[in-house]
Amino acid sequence: MIRFVVRRLVQSVPLLLVISLLIFALIHAAPGGPLSTYLENPNVRPEDIERLRKAMGLDRPLGLQYLSWLWAFVRGDWGFSYADGRPVLDRLVERIPATLELIGVACVMALIAALPAGILAAVNRRFDRVSSVFAVAGISLPVFWFGLLLQLVFAGALGWLPSSGRASFDGGDFVDRVVHLILPATVLAAALSAAWSRYLRRAMRDTVARPFIRAARSRGLSERTLLLHHALPNALPTFVTVVLLDISMMASGAVVTESIFAWPGIGSLFTEALGKRDYAVLMAFLMCGSVAVMVLNLVADLAVHTLDPRTRDAA
Amino acid sequence: MSTSTSASGRSTVQTNRAPRVAAYLLGALLLGAMLAPALAPFAVDALDLANRRAAPSSLHWFGTDELGRDVMTRVLFGARVSLAIGLVSALVSAAIGAAVGATAGYAGRVIDDILMRITDAMLAIPRLPLLMITAAVLQPSVPVLVLLVGLAGWMETARVVRAEVLSLAARDFVAAARAMGASPFRVVLRHVLPGVIPAAAVATTLAVGRGILLESALSFFGVGVQPPTASWGNMLYQAQTTMTSEPWLAIFPGAMIFLTVLACNAVGDAIGAARG
Repeated sequence: MIRFVVRRLVQSVPLLLVISLLIFALIHAAPGGPLSTYLENPNVRPEDIERLRKAMGLDRPLGLQYLSWLWAFVRGDWGFSYADGRPVLDRLVERIPATLELIGVACVMALIAALPAGILAAVNRRFDRVSSVFAVAGISLPVFWFGLLLQLVFAGALGWLPSSGRASFDGGDFVDRVVHLILPATVLAAALSAAWSRYLRRAMRDTVARPFIRAARSRGLSERTLLLHHALPNALPTFVTVVLLDISMMASGAVVTESIFAWPGIGSLFTEALGKRDYAVLMAFLMCGSVAVMVLNLVADLAVHTLDPRTRDAA
Repeated sequence: MSTSTSASGRSTVQTNRAPRVAAYLLGALLLGAMLAPALAPFAVDALDLANRRAAPSSLHWFGTDELGRDVMTRVLFGARVSLAIGLVSALVSAAIGAAVGATAGYAGRVIDDILMRITDAMLAIPRLPLLMITAAVLQPSVPVLVLLVGLAGWMETARVVRAEVLSLAARDFVAAARAMGASPFRVVLRHVLPGVIPAAAVATTLAVGRGILLESALSFFGVGVQPPTASWGNMLYQAQTTMTSEPWLAIFPGAMIFLTVLACNAVGDAIGAARG
């Protein structure tokens, strides 16, 4: 198991290098590169820009710049935000709890909906028809539009829920925070639960069609036991894999949801940084997002190992 | 797409009318977009200053915006931009994905390794944020935007195509073609790729929906299609500040995005299920 983890970590190093190269190239493709904010500012004189370019090492060959950026990045020196001059790392770290809270709650909500829906859809034709419609609709729903509609109805017309933020101005108690969570978490959970119920339905169907289920049925086991104790454990590894991979893709979902609901997480930090062309923050966000994807990929593989004894020898 | 579907999955497609309705809907949308100048009740930039911010009525079915432009007209013209971006970007994705996937699957070994690692890397970078930065940096015109969305979406197709190529390349008819002296290029193009088309078609149909969603998200954040050109996404972008007072400005373009993507996904699912 440890050898497997080590091997996967070693394998991910070249992958991260490719990603960092892509991101670095992208930022430097911007007209004016990282200094483009100053180029558009009429108060900054051309000689100042030249001085900054020298001071920041932007006059050196690109390859050299990449290496020194990479080295600094590895050591945890992620540079300073152009927007407020604070270290990028600090700005990211202080936003992480809010994002984890939102994603965590959304995932739990999505699982609560997807598990029973997926299992039932695999065995009940009539339920499958209905849930299929909801699932395809959920997958197709534009997140930002759904968010706006929920705001319009529940915060605007009905006035039941707050439209944005993580808590009221006075800080807010537990209930206040829960109330603030409902809309953004629902938006995130809707798409997830739709996709997840489909995965589980598919995995369950494939499992139920296998001979060992027919054998178990012929031994007189109840349908309930068949489903929950024989089929589900076999369908679970595939399901857990896609769920974890989906969670790793949440960086995109968080960006949209957080900016609509002004949720103070890393997603809204990203949109703020985008508006100000704060490249140091943007680069750090993309790198963190990519690392998160790879870590969760690894976790998914480990989870499958734990859930499915047959895969252990293969590693 | 997994290749296994139970027999019941096949029969649902035949009895289920939803995919057919979805296909008709897509056709109608395409037709509506193409005939927008003839169908639209008003000229695309006509201002009705007496009826600014008007709620939906018999004169302006979808209402008007802050300049008195007819929202239904703009939605119809926006369909041209949004559908074009979805369709063309999906084709770009399909072309790149097929090329990468076929090369990786047929060449194998080192080339396969390198191409698949690049694919993994591209999949690992959060797609929407990456596109948002790229669009903010490049400030693309609509054709460039199409290219960008296409470049961001080829990875799924590449994986699907590679897997199909791997299984097809092991078949006897491919060995026979090779034994008869066909070049690797010819084998892939004439013998392997035709067998990949069904799987690639599913991936491409789903990519149309994803492309439309990506464009609308980019435009929603103000880095996609720029006004005065109307796209469903940038209509939503302009609508969000007046959401409470003029909700129709957001409801109709958003509903169009939803319906279109829904139809693409329903058709894609149906093709996927039908080929089993």
